[in-house]
Amino acid sequence: MADRVSLKIDGRTIEVPTGTTILEAAKSANILIPNLCSNEELAPYGACRLCMVEINHHGRTRLVASCIYEVAEGLEVTTVTERVLNVRRLVIELLLARNPYHPVLQRIAAELGVSASRFESDVKGCILCGQCVRTCREVVGVAAIGFKGRGTSRAVATPFDKAPPDCIACGSCAYVCPVDVIPIEEKEGVRTIWKTDFKLAQCSKCGRYFAPIKQLEYFKTIAHLPDDHFATCPACR
Amino acid sequence: MQARVQEIINRYGADKGFLVPVLQDVQKEFNYLPEEALVAVSTGLGVPLSRVFEVATFYRAFSLQPRGKHLLSLCLGTACHVRGAPLIAQHLERELGIKAGMTTPDLQYTFETVNCLGACALGPILVVDNQYHGQVSIAKTNAILSTFGKKVASDEEA
Amino acid sequence: MKKLKSPQDLAARQEELRSRRDPNAPCITICAGTGCLAYGTQKIIDRFREELASQKLTDTVQLRTSGCHGFCERGPMVVISPQKILYQRITTDDVPDIITKTIQRGEIIERLLYTDPVTKQKIVYEHEVPFYKLQTRNVFGMNGLIDPSSLDDYLAIGGYSALAKALFRMTPHEVIQEIIASNLRGRGGGGFPTGWKWDATRKAKGEPKYVICNADEGDPGAYMDRSLLEGNPHLVLEGMIIGAYAIGSHEGYIYVRNEYPLAVTNITTAITAARDAGLLGTDILGSGFSFDIKINRGGGAFVCGESSALFASIEGRSGEPRAKYIHATDQGLFNKPTALNNVETWGNVPLIINRGAAWYSSIGTKRSTGTKIFSLVGKINNTGLVEVPMGITLRQIIFDIGGGIPKGRKFKAVQTGGPSGGCIPEQFLDMPVDFDELTKIGSMMGSGGMIVMDDRTCMVDVAKYFLAFLEEESCGKCTPCREGIKQMRIILQRITEGSGTEEDLATLEWMGGAIKDGSLCALGGSAPNPVLTTIQYFRDEYIAHLRDKRCPAGVCKALISYRINPEKCTGCHACARVCPTQAARGEKKQPHTIDSTACIKCGACFEACKFEAIIIQ
Repeated sequence: MADRVSLKIDGRTIEVPTGTTILEAAKSANILIPNLCSNEELAPYGACRLCMVEINHHGRTRLVASCIYEVAEGLEVTTVTERVLNVRRLVIELLLARNPYHPVLQRIAAELGVSASRFESDVKGCILCGQCVRTCREVVGVAAIGFKGRGTSRAVATPFDKAPPDCIACGSCAYVCPVDVIPIEEKEGVRTIWKTDFKLAQCSKCGRYFAPIKQLEYFKTIAHLPDDHFATCPACR
Repeated sequence: MQARVQEIINRYGADKGFLVPVLQDVQKEFNYLPEEALVAVSTGLGVPLSRVFEVATFYRAFSLQPRGKHLLSLCLGTACHVRGAPLIAQHLERELGIKAGMTTPDLQYTFETVNCLGACALGPILVVDNQYHGQVSIAKTNAILSTFGKKVASDEEA
Repeated sequence: MKKLKSPQDLAARQEELRSRRDPNAPCITICAGTGCLAYGTQKIIDRFREELASQKLTDTVQLRTSGCHGFCERGPMVVISPQKILYQRITTDDVPDIITKTIQRGEIIERLLYTDPVTKQKIVYEHEVPFYKLQTRNVFGMNGLIDPSSLDDYLAIGGYSALAKALFRMTPHEVIQEIIASNLRGRGGGGFPTGWKWDATRKAKGEPKYVICNADEGDPGAYMDRSLLEGNPHLVLEGMIIGAYAIGSHEGYIYVRNEYPLAVTNITTAITAARDAGLLGTDILGSGFSFDIKINRGGGAFVCGESSALFASIEGRSGEPRAKYIHATDQGLFNKPTALNNVETWGNVPLIINRGAAWYSSIGTKRSTGTKIFSLVGKINNTGLVEVPMGITLRQIIFDIGGGIPKGRKFKAVQTGGPSGGCIPEQFLDMPVDFDELTKIGSMMGSGGMIVMDDRTCMVDVAKYFLAFLEEESCGKCTPCREGIKQMRIILQRITEGSGTEEDLATLEWMGGAIKDGSLCALGGSAPNPVLTTIQYFRDEYIAHLRDKRCPAGVCKALISYRINPEKCTGCHACARVCPTQAARGEKKQPHTIDSTACIKCGACFEACKFEAIIIQ
């Protein structure tokens, strides 16, 4: 199998390594395809469906999610067509019904020529892109949060909607959330996330609060470093 | 409880892939999925608690709330729908005072709707404690509830 | 059961069992499928046993409990051999007569015979009943000959001969070629050529390879898989083992819906019996080929009928599908090459191996060969399971076999393909039924559910029903399906409540197209079909709801009212007795009235009135 693949995106011929997704290939050629659930650090998910593109391969035309579709030799991709725009516009209108406020969604809507959602608002905030859950599972590795329910009652949740026993309060979930709906607060040596308080550790040298104790304990178990490595903040190390 | 859950897990060779059958057996054992049991499943199988919770809330067969003494399942499949099952559903909701999927506060009855039991000639069908009742009408439904000693609204003379 | 260690052992055992079945000996076969059991058949079975014992006939008269015969409208039923007399709608009280009169004296009991609704004649023999006569019951017909819990019965009718032939007289490649030549297409809904699927799996890289039977039959109104698995589990097993041999798989799964307890019981019994007999497990029939099967039960999720969601479920995860850019035949269960097929598809395999691809492809149409089992339900006289050759027309199925619409009402539409399919109107009744024809008009074959609707079915309500169904069953991963179906349902709800506008139709059509294109899996991808086909073929009905705020079929609660016809009302007070809100009221023996402000349109009075005095419009 060849190392590199040659394909056409919007008429331009591009060459990329095998295994690249259409979304990545387009990005490398400065063609931007809107997306909300994809993240370089995470395995492709294909849930938001904003990144749909039209492809033509072996004479067959169809719509695929560019974030999960791997390039193939001779593939022809068109990133904007009537059908593609219909899907993107429907998706953004549906998401605006869940979250009418966030600038990221409003910007995507504006770019698509959508001024408002025709659908009745049922404000949830979360757009179910799954980045938080996937980050916690794939990058952090503790899987403290997950989904609950199914269909329209699907939601990101802690087990039993209670304090998450596996959470290390690293805040990665809040960081990756594209619509900033995961509240995280720090006050007087305590970080609060998922309605749970986590005590922060103090640097033995400078006295600053620098990381949740639980997070440091977790690092101790996976990194093979001396315990006192985590007694000081990164600045003082 | 821990021990009984572990026994169930061992039945399936403590294989993570058998999470769904394990939960089915746990529910059979306790008549629902208690939180404590799910924590035990997570520990015993080595599956993150968030995933156990995810699976337990994804599949309709699972209930995280205690279920009633009597389980009433009404089929809302297309054939039964076309034969008037929604009217029976509304009637049961009225009589039991709960919405479909819930259990009465006295833990006597759990009423759920199912999407096709595959006995369409008998539609509408109501399964009560594993007994199939076919061609149920409002009158027949009341008769069934009466056998459990439940008074129905129309018992009072108009 | 002694282990069968060679094809010769098998043949000898089959012969032994076949010779034990005296074709002239009296035998009572009683249908004990889930449907008939729901009619109270167990009590009838018990009564037969009692009566036969008390008359000392247990050794001379065989009582066989079989799986579903398919004539569900007429259960409980028995077939008396050797004559093949059919008695239908029997009760426990009929049992003594059946034994004394028919079994012992050869007399026919007229009152238990089936009466042809057209000719008004009573029909004695099962094979002369038009319902059966017009079918081609190659696969399903076996149900009536065997007790599903008996491997012996299956062997006696030649069961597992196809397996022996495949293992000892054909190479795996030859088996695949035979299935390809037969042009067998998946019976679960996809209609994908089975032979090509097996070929791709065989050629794929990766071990182990898996073979799966999808028994997650979720389409409401479809129960053929249930009845086949309950009634002839060994047929399905035999098909799977042959498939596994062809593909080079040693591990298989049967994924059964949680709601099918009898099917689970019967397939479990069958697997144990097959293992004990050396027909499953290590070194099958001494061939050197090993293959075993595990049973997985669903958790109550329609989406798990979708292959990638099914894999997720077996892998211990929630049933979220994956995009199918990489085929399951390359990376399926546990990311290994997997051949997933429907129950009925597996059930056809032994027939093809036994009788050949040429025979099989001579039935049906060129691109849709063989027979298909349909579940004919809804507003139909002969509710049941029918097996017919592909290419038969809808009219023949619904009217000739199905007996037409009850109570003399008018045919309006037939819904095929479940929630992924569409509603087909009268103008297509003479259309041949096959995969491609159905797809051409906007519907699909699906798993074979056929729901017949009459003029008292509201098509807008049906569209709303399917959307509500899918809204609940959506896994929730992708936006178009999760949010889009919900918003479509909300619009449909508004329309059925009288606050829809004509703009809503345009919105629904636009949304439908985008949801079809944008959804991750076929659940979302086909969800708009019922709405789009009803708008296409029943636009007038939508307009009536939108413009005139009227429901012509008399179904949508907000648009109808209940009233009492004073000319028919006898003042019997039955309606008032059952009315939950006391809206129906009146003096005894005087015409009653319904207070429309209190009426909640629950239907109780309509059900209770014996004089047809309640009018819904």
